[in-house]
Amino acid sequence: MSATEQKIAVKDLVSDQEVRWCPGCGDYAILKTVQKVMPELGVPRENMVFVSGIGCSSRFPYYMNTYGFHTIHGRAASVATGVKLANPELDVWVVTGDGDALSIGGNHTLHVLRRNVDLQLLLFNNEIYGLTKGQYSPTSKVGTKSPSTPDGSLDMPLRPCTFAIGAGARFVARSIDTEAKHLASVLVRAHDHVGASFVEIYQNCNVFNDGIFEHVKNKKTAAETRLLLEHGKPLVFGGENQKGLRLNSIALKLEVVDLGEDGVSEEDLVVHDETNKVLAHMLAELKSPEFPVPIGVLYCNPTSPYHTEVYEQRDAVRERKETTDLNALLRDGHTWEV
Amino acid sequence: MSVAGSSSAGEQENKVISDVVIRFAGDSGDGMQLTGNNFTDATAVYGNDLSTFPDFPAEIRAPAGATFGVSAFQIYFGSEDVSTAGDHLDVLVAMNPAALITNLKDLVIGGLIVADSDAFTDKNLARAGYKSNPLEDGSLDAFKLLAIDITKQVIAVVKPYGLSHKFAVRCKNMWTLGLTMWLFDRSRDEAIDGLRKKFASKPEIAEANVEALNAGHTYGETAELPSGVDVYKVPAADVVPGVYRNITGTEALAFGLIAGSQLADLPLVFASYPITPASGVLHTLSMQKHFDVVTFQAEDEIAAICAAVGASFAGSLGVTSSSGPGISLKGEAISLACAAELPMVVINTQRGGPSTGLPTKTEQSDLNQALYGRHADTMLPVIAASTSIDCFEVAIEASRIATQFTTPVLILSDGYLSNASQPWRIPDVNDFEPFPVKFETEAEGFSPANRDPETLARVWAKPGTPGLEHRIGGIEKSIETGDISYDSENHQKMTDLRSKKIDGIAKYIPEQEVAVGNNSGKLAVVGWGSTYGAIFQAVKRSREAGLDVSQIHVRYLWPLPSNLGQLLSSFDALLVPEMNTGQFASLIRSIFLLDAQKLNKISGQPFKIEEIEGAIRAQLESAK
Repeated sequence: MSATEQKIAVKDLVSDQEVRWCPGCGDYAILKTVQKVMPELGVPRENMVFVSGIGCSSRFPYYMNTYGFHTIHGRAASVATGVKLANPELDVWVVTGDGDALSIGGNHTLHVLRRNVDLQLLLFNNEIYGLTKGQYSPTSKVGTKSPSTPDGSLDMPLRPCTFAIGAGARFVARSIDTEAKHLASVLVRAHDHVGASFVEIYQNCNVFNDGIFEHVKNKKTAAETRLLLEHGKPLVFGGENQKGLRLNSIALKLEVVDLGEDGVSEEDLVVHDETNKVLAHMLAELKSPEFPVPIGVLYCNPTSPYHTEVYEQRDAVRERKETTDLNALLRDGHTWEV
Repeated sequence: MSVAGSSSAGEQENKVISDVVIRFAGDSGDGMQLTGNNFTDATAVYGNDLSTFPDFPAEIRAPAGATFGVSAFQIYFGSEDVSTAGDHLDVLVAMNPAALITNLKDLVIGGLIVADSDAFTDKNLARAGYKSNPLEDGSLDAFKLLAIDITKQVIAVVKPYGLSHKFAVRCKNMWTLGLTMWLFDRSRDEAIDGLRKKFASKPEIAEANVEALNAGHTYGETAELPSGVDVYKVPAADVVPGVYRNITGTEALAFGLIAGSQLADLPLVFASYPITPASGVLHTLSMQKHFDVVTFQAEDEIAAICAAVGASFAGSLGVTSSSGPGISLKGEAISLACAAELPMVVINTQRGGPSTGLPTKTEQSDLNQALYGRHADTMLPVIAASTSIDCFEVAIEASRIATQFTTPVLILSDGYLSNASQPWRIPDVNDFEPFPVKFETEAEGFSPANRDPETLARVWAKPGTPGLEHRIGGIEKSIETGDISYDSENHQKMTDLRSKKIDGIAKYIPEQEVAVGNNSGKLAVVGWGSTYGAIFQAVKRSREAGLDVSQIHVRYLWPLPSNLGQLLSSFDALLVPEMNTGQFASLIRSIFLLDAQKLNKISGQPFKIEEIEGAIRAQLESAK
C-alpha cells in the first residue's frame, strides 16, 4: 500500500514541533479540531498545504505534519494563490488572524475572495494583536483599551463576514474555537466548497483580550445568544426554540420575535437560504446583545474557481495554437535571412 | 550621416552614405511609434544594422500640439555595426510645431527637416511657443527644409474611401512613412502587408492607409524637391548569415524566461502588477499560454511577488517583474525568498526616479536597490542586460542561477532596453545547455535543511511528494534540522552559510572578459547595462583615433566575476559611465579599493557616443 492510499491517522498530522502558544489559548482547540478533520477529507497528506502570514495564528503550519509555509505579514493569501496556480492538485489552507488578514493583508484577503481561489481561509478572530503584545486590531470594539490606545480605540471595527460577503466570497461561515463538533462540521463544509471558503473562527486570547466572546461561548447562555444556521430551516433560537427572526419588510431588516406571541408562528420566520446573498449580509450584520450571533454557514453559492478558469483558458489557447515549439515562437512574425 | 560616395541608379544620381539617424516626432496620437516600427522593419529587410529608440511621454493622449505630448521614434541604421540609436539626427520628421521645437536641437547643421506645414497653424505655433512660423521666417536656413501640406495631401488621397475627417487625417503618418521610404530606398511591401493585417476587419481603413503610404512615396518621386534632397543609399551591413528578426528587450526577456524555464524543466508562473515600463513582459507572456506558462496579474506588487514565491514553493519557476517603485514594495518578500531559499527571478526594468520620477524615461539608478535594497544580510545574485538582444540570455542565466542555487535572482533591465529594438540572429534554443531541476523525492534521510555540498543549494522538495512533508518560513531555521531556531550560534552559522552560498556562485559564472581592446593599458571604460552600445562605439572610435582604451562591460553585478578585481587593476585608470550618480563606480571603489572615475548622466536619456568619447579624451589627457 502506498503512502497515499493509507488512511491518515490524527497522529500522522501532528508535527514534532513543540506548540508555543500561551497556555489556555483558543488556538490549541482549533489545531486539535483541524488535525481531527483532515483525515476525513480524503486528501493525501502530501497534497495538504498550510500557508500562513504573521501572528499567533500563523504559527499554525509548524504544528501540522503536512507541507507548510510560514510567510510574511498579511501575504499568506497571495502566496497561497501562487501555490494553487502552480499546482491545482494541492489542497490549500490559509491560516490567518484579524490583524494579518484584515489590516496589513486586507487587500489580499479582498482579492483572494473575489478571485475565488480554491482554498480554505481560516481567520482566527480574537479582536486583538497578540504577538506584538496586545494592541487593538481592526476588529476590536470601539473603546478597546490597549497599549497603543490607553484611552480607548476610536475607529469602527470591521466585521469579517460582512467584509467577505462584500468582497464577493462564495462561501462564508462562522464558528467558535472550543465548539469542536460545530467547527469540524464547518471545516468540512468549507473544504467541500470548491472555491475560496472564508471561515471566521471566534478565538479567545486569554492573555490580551480574555472573554470577549463569552456571551456566545458561555454554555449557560449560549442558547439565547447564538443563532445556529441550517440551510432550509427557519431562523429560531432560545432554550426552547421559542424565539425567531422575522423580516420586517417595511424597514427591510431582521427583527427578533417570540413564537406564539401576537400570533407569530414558525411560518412567519425567515427560512435560512445559504444561496441568498442579501440574507447572508443581514445575518453577518447582526450584533449582540440586540440579536443572537449567527453561527454556521452564512453563505454558500459556488461558482467556477479561479484555477479552473485559468487552465481552461490555457487549454483553449493550446487548441488554437498548434505548436509549443519555442524555436517556432522565436521565428514567428517578420523574419529575414541574410 | 557619413557620405561614402555616390552611385548611379537609373537616371538619378544617388548619394551613398554609411549610416543615418532619423527621428519621427509628432503628437502622442499621431502614430509616430507605428511609423517608426514600420520603417524599422523595412530597414531590417534591406539588410542594414540598426538600433531604435522610442521616446514617448507618460501621458497617453496629451492635448494636441502640446510640447509635453510629443512622441518620438528614433532609428539609427547603417552599413556597419550600429550599437546605439545615434547621437545626432540627420533627418527630423516633425508633424507639428511642438515636435519641431522640442527636437530641433538634436538635428545636425545641414540636416533635413520634413514638416507638415498644415499643422503649423497660429494656434499650434503659439502652443509650441513660436512667435512666428519657422517654416517661413528663415530661422531654419541652416537646415534643408521640406515643408509639405501633408494633411491636405492625405485628405485628398483617401477621399474615395469615405472615411470621416478624423480617420482620414490619421493616415498622414503613413503618407510621411511613404515619403521617408522613398528617401531611403526602402521597400513598402512589409508595411502594406502589415496594414492589411492590422485593419483586416476594416478594409476601407487599411486601403486608405495603403493609398496614403503610396501617395507619400509617389510625392517623393515626382514632386520638385529642394536641391540636395534626393534618394540616399545606405548599403547593407556585413552581418553574420542567419535568420534574423527585430526584437525589443521586453520580448527578449519574455522569450528568455520561457527558454529558461524549459531548460530548467519547470513550468513558469509569471506574476506581475502593471507598471511602466515593465508591463510589456506581462503582456508578451500572457500571449504564450500554449507553453507551460501561467501569467497572473496580481492586485499589487506585493501580491505579485508573493504569488511567485508560492509558485516556486509549489515547484514552478516563480517570476515577478516591475520597475523601481514596485521593487521597493517587493523588498520584504525578496528577503523571504532569501530566508526560505527558494528559486525566483525578479526583473527590474529601471526608469527615472525617485518615486514616480520619469516613468517612460530610462535610468540605471536602481543598482544600489538591487544590491542592498532589503532588510538584513540578504545579498542575492544581480545580473544586468546590456542590449535588447542580451535580455534573452540574461533571462536564461537568471533562471539557471535561481534554480541551481535555490535563491532569488534579480535582473536589471531599463526603459531604453525594454523599448529599443535590434535585429537579432535568432538562436536555436537547442544549442543552450539544459539545467534540469532535480526535485527531492527520497524520504529516507530527508530534511528541509539538506543541501548540495558543492553549491550549498538547499534541497527543493515540492508539495505533492509523499513522505517529504515539511515546513519552511521566514523564522530562522536550524542549520541541522530546518526547524525553527532562535539559537544565537545557529543564526551566525546560517547568516554565514547564506553569504557563502551567494559568494560561491562566482565559481559558476564566466570570468570577466574585455569587450573591446586589451587586457591592460592606460584606461578601461567600465560599464554595465544599457550603456553598452554607447561605450562600445566610443571606445572603438577612440581606439581608431589611436588612444589606449579598452571596454569592460560587466553582466554579473553580484557576485562579481572572480577575476574582475585583478583585471581592473591592470589598467592605469578606470572610467565608469552610468545613468545614475555613480553607484557601480562606488561599488568598484569599495570592493577593490580602485580609483574608479565617475561619468554620470541622469537626464532620462541614454548616453551619446560623443559624451563618452569626450570623457575618454579628457581622462587620458589628464593622465599625461
